[in-house]
Amino acid sequence: MRGKAVIAGVGHTAYGKHPGRDRMSLIVEACRNTLADAGIDKERVDGVLVKMANAEPSFLYGQKVAEALGLRPRVGASLDQGGAANIALISYAAMAIEAGLMEVALVCYGDTPRTGTRAVYQRPRGDDAVYGWYSTAAGYALVHQRYRLEYGVPDEAFGAVAVACRANGAKNPHAHLRKSITLDEYLESPFLVEPLRRDDCCLLSDGAAAVLVMSAARARQLGIAKAVPILGFGQGQESWDVQLRPSLTTTAAARSADTAFHMAGLQRKDIGVAQLYDCFSVTPLVTLEDYGFCKRGHAGAFAAAGGIALGGPLPINTSGGLLSETGTPGLQLVIEGVRQMRGDANLPVGGERHCIVSNQGGTMHTHSTLILGRAA
Amino acid sequence: MSYPAPDISNLSAPYWEGLKGGRLLYLRCRHCGHRWLPAREACPRCLTAEPSWEESKGRGKVVSWVVYHLAYHEAFKARLPYDVTLVELDEGPRLLTNVVDSQAGKRLALGSVVYLKIEHEGELALARFSLEHPAGAREP
Repeated sequence: MRGKAVIAGVGHTAYGKHPGRDRMSLIVEACRNTLADAGIDKERVDGVLVKMANAEPSFLYGQKVAEALGLRPRVGASLDQGGAANIALISYAAMAIEAGLMEVALVCYGDTPRTGTRAVYQRPRGDDAVYGWYSTAAGYALVHQRYRLEYGVPDEAFGAVAVACRANGAKNPHAHLRKSITLDEYLESPFLVEPLRRDDCCLLSDGAAAVLVMSAARARQLGIAKAVPILGFGQGQESWDVQLRPSLTTTAAARSADTAFHMAGLQRKDIGVAQLYDCFSVTPLVTLEDYGFCKRGHAGAFAAAGGIALGGPLPINTSGGLLSETGTPGLQLVIEGVRQMRGDANLPVGGERHCIVSNQGGTMHTHSTLILGRAA
Repeated sequence: MSYPAPDISNLSAPYWEGLKGGRLLYLRCRHCGHRWLPAREACPRCLTAEPSWEESKGRGKVVSWVVYHLAYHEAFKARLPYDVTLVELDEGPRLLTNVVDSQAGKRLALGSVVYLKIEHEGELALARFSLEHPAGAREP
């Protein structure tokens, strides 16, 4: 599949607060911007793939989105994998296009947890609620605690993730939170579910984003400027709930990355920039290890030494990630990867090398990986 | 003030009834010997649906824990800050619980040994744990 499909356009709404607007309106706006970015008429789109809304799962959701877009696609569906779904959908789009099921697909997501309901992120977690087990954050706090104690990772290492992402987001005119922080400010931010501090946790943002997927051949035929080749993709699923899985500090991201690197025919050293899912600060640290960029237990020291900051050996989340650009899960990282590979990112990095993007859902239940090449 | 209630099914009822009777139960596969919680009909290892309820000796080790500094439900406001701790029983199954004398996690470490201490919230019996060895308890 290496290079068979491209991302031909990207688009999004403003990120932050959209009081009074529903998620469908935001998705349509993001798709409109994506079609304009690609310079493609909507009538060419014959695939509509949408990530299920975290805040409000619903029946025939993919079809409702197609209806709002005024499309009767050949292929349409919604997918629930939590935050891993967007890259999964991009990979399914690439394969369905290669198989001849469709030609041009919109992959999109939007939600309104900021001004609408955020109940899903504060939910009781099954029968364990009788012990006070609530919220998405708590699952990551359990991982963060085990990771910091198992490997002796200092708080400053988690802080380095927050500081790096916030620094990049502060320079991003589209970011929801444009406020950099110092390590001291991180360390002084209050505990929510200890060991998670406020600044370990991603934003809750309203917004929507979309990307347009087509074959490389179709992109050439349509004269798409700066189509970004999809070189590899993969998935891996821990699946078991966090308290039941054998290890809290390793995830199926390793299998996901191996699949993607094998497809792409690339080595870790071929990656110049990474957009790593940063729902909580521990997540990119574990992902750096699962992906093979750092040895087990060493990602914290790598981050604390500036390894992931702009100008470091592997800059991450160059538009701010979930901690700063928008909490809207997943596509912002893909879009920033595309912009890096097109050369029109706000903070361009990585020289001639490639970009890896991770998406992840649940409490590290699901994982998906995308490797993008430089635009032709 | 309502305390959160578990969703007790035919499958899980023996677990909750066991706690009311002072016993922590887990499921054991009659076919392959695998032991698990929470209740499910088929063994997640061999998929045989021939489990039997067994009683845990009530000793386990701490795998990880968190400390809540905000309450997502009113029933926990008065408990702040409170721990939720992941314990692996000596028999193998894992469960989330509270360690009643952890001092909001300050006394916990990875691998801390904890002992079953059943507590009641109204009609509900909960499998909480303690760092103190209960007087008269037998070592496994």
